[in-house]
Amino acid sequence: MKYFFMVVLAFLAYPTAISQNCDLTLRGTVIDMHDGTPLAGATVVLAGYDVAKITDFDGNFELTGLCTENYNLQISHPECTTRAFSVEISENTQSVFKLEHHLEELNEILIKGSTYYTKAETVLENRILLETLEGYSSASLGDALKTVSGVSSLNTGNTVVKPVINGLHSSRVTIINNGVRQQDQEWGAEHAPNIDLNTANSITVLKGAAALQYSGDAVGGVIVSEPAPITLRDSLYGKSILSGQTNGRGGAFTTTLTKSYENGWFARFQGTAKRYGDFEAPDYVLSNTGVSEQDFSVNVGLNKIQYGFDAYYSLFKNEIGILRASHLGGAEDQVVAINSEVPLVIQDFTYDIGTPRQDVTHQLAKLSGFYKWNELGTVRLSYDLQQNERFEFDVRRGDDDGKPSVDLELVTHNLELSLESDIGDAISLKTGVMGNFQENFANPSTGVRRLIPDYKQYKFAFYGIADYQVSEALNAEFGARFDHTYMDVFKFYRTSFWESRNYDVQFPELVIEDFGNQLLTNPELKFNNISATAGLSYEFGEDYVLFSNYSLASRAPNASELFSEGLHHSASRIELGDLRFNSEISQKIMVTAQKKGSRFSFAVNPYANFVQDFIVIEPTGVQQTIRGNFQVWEYRQTNARLLGVDLDASFRILEDLTYTHQFSIVKGWDTAQDQALINMPPASLNNGLQYVLPIKQRVRIGLESSYVFRQNEFPDNNFEVFLPETASFETVDVSTPPPAYHLMNLTAGTSFALGDVTKLDLNLKITNLFDTSYRDYLNRLRYYSDDLGRNLLVQLKINY
Amino acid sequence: MKNLKFIYSIIVLSFVFTSCSNDDDVPVPVNEEEIITTVIATLVAEGSTVTLTSRDLDGDGPDEADVTVSGDFQVGLTYVGSVQFLNETENPAEDITEEVEEEAEEHQVFFLLSAGLDGTINYGNNDGDGNPLGTQFSLLPNAAGNGNFAIILRHEPKKPNDGTLDDAGGETDVIVTFQVTFEE
Repeated sequence: MKYFFMVVLAFLAYPTAISQNCDLTLRGTVIDMHDGTPLAGATVVLAGYDVAKITDFDGNFELTGLCTENYNLQISHPECTTRAFSVEISENTQSVFKLEHHLEELNEILIKGSTYYTKAETVLENRILLETLEGYSSASLGDALKTVSGVSSLNTGNTVVKPVINGLHSSRVTIINNGVRQQDQEWGAEHAPNIDLNTANSITVLKGAAALQYSGDAVGGVIVSEPAPITLRDSLYGKSILSGQTNGRGGAFTTTLTKSYENGWFARFQGTAKRYGDFEAPDYVLSNTGVSEQDFSVNVGLNKIQYGFDAYYSLFKNEIGILRASHLGGAEDQVVAINSEVPLVIQDFTYDIGTPRQDVTHQLAKLSGFYKWNELGTVRLSYDLQQNERFEFDVRRGDDDGKPSVDLELVTHNLELSLESDIGDAISLKTGVMGNFQENFANPSTGVRRLIPDYKQYKFAFYGIADYQVSEALNAEFGARFDHTYMDVFKFYRTSFWESRNYDVQFPELVIEDFGNQLLTNPELKFNNISATAGLSYEFGEDYVLFSNYSLASRAPNASELFSEGLHHSASRIELGDLRFNSEISQKIMVTAQKKGSRFSFAVNPYANFVQDFIVIEPTGVQQTIRGNFQVWEYRQTNARLLGVDLDASFRILEDLTYTHQFSIVKGWDTAQDQALINMPPASLNNGLQYVLPIKQRVRIGLESSYVFRQNEFPDNNFEVFLPETASFETVDVSTPPPAYHLMNLTAGTSFALGDVTKLDLNLKITNLFDTSYRDYLNRLRYYSDDLGRNLLVQLKINY
Repeated sequence: MKNLKFIYSIIVLSFVFTSCSNDDDVPVPVNEEEIITTVIATLVAEGSTVTLTSRDLDGDGPDEADVTVSGDFQVGLTYVGSVQFLNETENPAEDITEEVEEEAEEHQVFFLLSAGLDGTINYGNNDGDGNPLGTQFSLLPNAAGNGNFAIILRHEPKKPNDGTLDDAGGETDVIVTFQVTFEE
């Protein structure tokens, strides 16, 4: 009844009446598309008229007094995606209407006012479920993402975890948080996404650039993090998770409280705090690896079927210690550090976070609203403002001690207008236009030359995506997007570098002031990027789906690739960008065969990604400085080819015993230089068993084996350095990947009902069960220390 | 509808407002505060002075350091030496030696003679804990020969240490090598 009331309210604005000369009847049944079960309590709205019906227990409804004409019906159900149907009435009619059952999508329907819940129709969406996310409540977004096959991570220690999709990361992966494209200086390899995992109710990974409504430059893929749905009833509900763990001797607390009203208004508060001291490898303390994080978000809004708005604010603040032993002088120090079995600095455990460390604050404010016009579709307008502030503190001398070495502030404004509409029954169309302004400010008071220059960036984009339901089983999708980027940059170049690159001959007009050893230049760069996608999905019978998709992505170079010029302390190397870069263009073909089913299911996903003008950073020589020798890494453009396959399978052996399997491999090749690409994730194999103990209190037990192969394809970037102590040349081995490793994890969990709505979950998780010493190829600190040892995590979750 | 208009106007206003607030001021240059561009070791014995200089004004830029040695050392003479670290990207040049001496407990200068050189080096000054610092030192060439004389400044080494770089650890702030000759 409440839905009826709500819908009637929403339609009061439409003053129309049903003609009195008509007496035809439509009898309908609403069923679940997946299993055909009748849907009771679904709301059927006769669009354009002041009429709405609720289905009975058998999913039936009846509309009387209809005329001989075409009617549009909108059918919604609290647990389903809302859909529109067109019905031609010429006599008394009986019809069946199918809805797709998706409880977790409620929020999408209401907030976005959308009849579409999928991000891309012809790419398999890899969804991480809430239960998994909650298991990672005390960890980071990157850790949770690794549960998806084909997703690995580029780490700096164990706390800076950057997602890698099918071998690609940083600017090549678009992250959508709460409908907003995350702008958090994602270009840096040691910059983790500034998102509190606990704000997400569901995370979807798209391993390609098909979701053009978000971005056209997702050469690697798209990660979409979405908040929990809001129920449309008078209710106050929430959840809290308290975790404590032995490794790091700390824990996390997160809580969410939601107040909702039947009339559509809602408010939500969410907060998280995390605190860890030094983490430990099996044999020693990883000194200065503590973490301190505090986040919160507030959300208020109004949800009606026809219109709604939403205001959201979130603050993310964390302080992360970086392994002390990783802070080095030049290559001479690197030789000693790499050759040493243990980190060169090991101190007693402490909660203090010293130097080096990162201190990052990310704020997001967002306002959005939608309105549904029956003829036109859903129009949505949103504005968001993001401010990202990053400090990096190094080990420094004298007055500079305690002063940050990096102090960057990135502010991004984004305004977006989109329209989702149906053309007839079969075609749905998404179109949109957006404007974006971004300003980077590098504070000069650090006393260290700017790593990223001051710039202003203006972006303008528009897109269109059509989804054509050719038949019940076959779905086709086409889309295109255009992005224009204009960058107005103020960059100080060292005069010696400017001349050594021949820029003084090529770009003399860019220099606006000469400071002797430095030149102030004002490059103004423009990039036009076209991206497109086309794909098909086909359902064979009940259980099988075949997805095939081609996507063309085009990415403008980022500020780091264009303007890096100098020593990057945290990497102990000199990094040089190139002002002359153009956009990289990727063409990715992917096919996915999926079998759904409760007993046996699988998905196999081979892909090929060809990237023209791929921007890669690689060593080109050694630079002598007074601090010693540093390896010089220069960005250059080449052509790359990435081939790989991801495999997921699950088999229910017995009623209570399930086996799961994942395998991923990717091969990255630089086709211009005919050598392997650096930092490609090695093949990995995951096997798991989940069992529910046959006792009265249901206890879930899980055992997981995770095997990571050695990366055998890598470029040889080793170099030689002269050591005055021994008066000899020594090889600095920065290339050789570490050996393969195998880790075992154990989980156990049970639930207790504490009253009608209150539920308590107790979970236990032991990772690296056998305290194995290992190093991971994609951990930037692998030269200096082992990875984490055994950890025992206890988690209490209460839903109320 | 009323709500929507309100929201829309707020959005447009905020965008316009923030977009207009940018002023077109030109950024100021950053002169590296900590960088050591220049190492000068001055060694004096009975009126003769040998000066070893390594100067790299563009820091970690592409230009190589300019290294000069003013003369040869005499065997049997004890040279009293001092090491000076300068940041010459600033004007006037900043004397980093003062900072190193203020934070003597966190620093140590190391001297190395390569295989072709036979000489004795002693520390000339200590930190507050009585451990060697090395901005003052002495050099006594014992026999004729030529080879490399290296001066290394380490930040946060283990102190006390056994005098070798391996034992001391810490980070290299300066490592410069001079080709010198000891003559009879």
